[in-house]
Amino acid sequence: MPDPKISIRDLYIRYSDGRVVLDGVTYDILRNQINVAFGPAGGGKSSFVRVLNRLIDLADVAEIRGQVLMDGRDLLAPDIDVIELRRKMGVVFSRPIPLPLTIYGNLSFGLEVAGMRDKSVMDERVEKALREAVLWDEVKDRLNDPASSLSGGQQQRLCIARVLVLEPEVILLDEPTSALDPVTTAKIEEFLDKAKEQYTIFLVPHNQQQASRMADYAGFFLQGKLVEYGTGEQMFLNPHEQQTRDYVTGRFG
Amino acid sequence: MNKKFQENLISNAIRIAGSSSIIFILLIFLFLLREGLPALTEVAPKDLFNTRWYPIEGLFGLLPLLSGSLIVTVFSILIALPLGVGTAIYIGEIAPRRVNEILKPTIEILAGIPSVVLGFIGILVLSPFMRETFNLPTGLTAFTGAFLLALISIPTIVSIAEDALYAVPKTYRDAAYALGASQWQVIWGVVVPAARTGILTAVMLGVGRSLGETMAVMMVTGNAPTMFSGLNSFISPIRTMTATIASEMGEVASGSTHYHVLFFIGILLFIFSLIINVSSANSIKKRTAKSRAQVVS
Amino acid sequence: MKAANDLDWGNPTLNKKTIQALGFTLLRLISLLTVLPILGIVVYIAVKGGSSISWEFLTAMPRDGMRAGGILPAIVGTFYLMLGTAAFSIPLGLAAGIYLSEYSNDNSWTRLLRIAIISLAGVPSVVYGLFGLGLFVLFFKFGISILSASLTLSIMTLPVIISTTEEAMRSVPYQFRIVGVSLGGTQWQTIRKLILPQALPGIITGIILGLERAVGETAPILFTGATFFLPRLPSSPMDATMALPYHIFVISTQVPGMPIQIQYGTVLVLMVFVLGMNLAASLIRSRARARRQW
Repeated sequence: MPDPKISIRDLYIRYSDGRVVLDGVTYDILRNQINVAFGPAGGGKSSFVRVLNRLIDLADVAEIRGQVLMDGRDLLAPDIDVIELRRKMGVVFSRPIPLPLTIYGNLSFGLEVAGMRDKSVMDERVEKALREAVLWDEVKDRLNDPASSLSGGQQQRLCIARVLVLEPEVILLDEPTSALDPVTTAKIEEFLDKAKEQYTIFLVPHNQQQASRMADYAGFFLQGKLVEYGTGEQMFLNPHEQQTRDYVTGRFG
Repeated sequence: MNKKFQENLISNAIRIAGSSSIIFILLIFLFLLREGLPALTEVAPKDLFNTRWYPIEGLFGLLPLLSGSLIVTVFSILIALPLGVGTAIYIGEIAPRRVNEILKPTIEILAGIPSVVLGFIGILVLSPFMRETFNLPTGLTAFTGAFLLALISIPTIVSIAEDALYAVPKTYRDAAYALGASQWQVIWGVVVPAARTGILTAVMLGVGRSLGETMAVMMVTGNAPTMFSGLNSFISPIRTMTATIASEMGEVASGSTHYHVLFFIGILLFIFSLIINVSSANSIKKRTAKSRAQVVS
Repeated sequence: MKAANDLDWGNPTLNKKTIQALGFTLLRLISLLTVLPILGIVVYIAVKGGSSISWEFLTAMPRDGMRAGGILPAIVGTFYLMLGTAAFSIPLGLAAGIYLSEYSNDNSWTRLLRIAIISLAGVPSVVYGLFGLGLFVLFFKFGISILSASLTLSIMTLPVIISTTEEAMRSVPYQFRIVGVSLGGTQWQTIRKLILPQALPGIITGIILGLERAVGETAPILFTGATFFLPRLPSSPMDATMALPYHIFVISTQVPGMPIQIQYGTVLVLMVFVLGMNLAASLIRSRARARRQW
């Protein structure tokens, strides 16, 4: 088994309103693999994503326990440079959220706030990211158009490019294709298959079929607990736990 | 590190600036108290609540001023309430969109007209009209002031009442229509009663606006500090608290009793406005919370 | 046979439809009654004052005890007061509005703050004048000056700018902040580069409306900065100044033999100033609505 990029140990999260969204989850996100977390709604997967890049700091959390170790450092520690972390861990959300800027501006935003001033370097990075996200050819002549003028599928690829331009180590995707048509979905899944050679991918798929298509390694989340974990093949073709089997065979959804 | 320092500096500056309003309102209150409370020691309370305001002879009876403000305000609301609420209902429930596109900006224009301009028109147009039509010795009367105050408070009443009517859930109306009611019956049987708190708030804010108005009343009410004496008072000159401060402050020696009493009147105005505005804001907040809850449920 | 529309009053002419028609007409009349005086006033002033407006009127100094010549010092004075008010109220108001929208939590301090803002908004203008007199003119010894008047007007304008800024910031979708932060931006960077630019039209509208009110007010400047006879234009913030609203007040009530034309002309100038700002604000508001990117 490939070595872990991020090791989560006994993660416990309780919100101010009393809900326990993650209850002692231990999970390894493996280097250069597509790591999947799947399961019915309310399983804690979205909160899991938000812990990884500390977006959870913005939410109303009452208590967090456990460890999230990346390259030996606990990401939950208070002395972590959260801003630097977020550049290393890009996140793509379930709805495309283009910033109210031009296409170019969406990509240069992350570079500008990081302090980059050299326009020619920015231009290079922007083009590279757009090519990786398979969007360059479609937008290269209209980089100064507002990003809102793109179609839904193009916008989501823009959001992916936005993450790529910061040269992250990990890409987190929370139901990235839930608002997209099948053709665009296929393009993005194709992208992820290629991208894992360079990045570590953590994906929350928006349906089970996507989960079984994409997962190299997968964890089944049910009501805040990690019920079972294994390779993609094993989880979907031959799950050990009864609950996993029930979910995978469609007994509950 | 420089960037982190910068970020902290900015967010601290914003926090401090954010809280500045508390400092200002406290400053205002404290200053009013500082300069106005001495009036209570320099003038015996029974003299303050006297019916004669004649500072030159040391008479500081506030009652005529309170009476003047009251008369003008009450009368202006009598005019502004039906006009304002009626217009709000028309705009909100009946008027077609194209009419509203003219109506609403016009009311906004009224809101923007400076009160000194309204006072000016009052002197040159309204006052002679009053004098000639009603055969009065002078056109500078409580009624003239009330009319101008009505114009001044109507935009406030229309705007808040309109919001209140708009906030009535569509389900209320739909249910009434389903029971066979005409639009008129829906408006008066369902919508207006449902919005009555908001409409009341609108009127209260209109009252607050009238009470605090200075220039228009100063220019047209004749500035005679007389007590209310029956219906005749409406067409006689009176004087409001605000006009008193504005007209006499310039000629008063700093630190004199007259000076302190004027500040004391300021305290009264401050407190009245505070009560009106804070309770109105409270009621608006409750209403938005309630209608939000209704939408969710 | 009773039709469904008949009220059971025994009076066949007074059915629901008739009542409604009468009622609607009544409300139409009421609205007309409300609107006519407004239009009447504006048109009347425009007509009566239009003939006084000339290049000389707008740019020359007054002569003959204000009874002839131009009203330049009043116009310039109003301008200076507007700039002074803007200088103090915009930075403070913007910061406070941003604070309420982006940095504050819903705790007792914030609630207290909001009560303070509402209270400031409700203070009568003449009480602001008293306060300005007590604090700026006398206590700080700034004297009757543009400075005292501007500071007084600024505090009066603050609540408007704070509320419109907060509202404008809040109307920008929350997701932009999340995205901004997840791309490695600090809170201020996200506000400055993403939220503030989008909220700007609403903020500017609020500023214009706030300044519009400040420009038209007389009572706050009565004892803090306004004067009637000024031999030359103000040369420093410590000078007193003429101003259009105060000028109108004095020439219409306290100057015998004041030509009526000058009075109407001055009023027209103030109206154009104020309504012009109103128009500018409306245009900015509707243009922004059309160009919104979300």
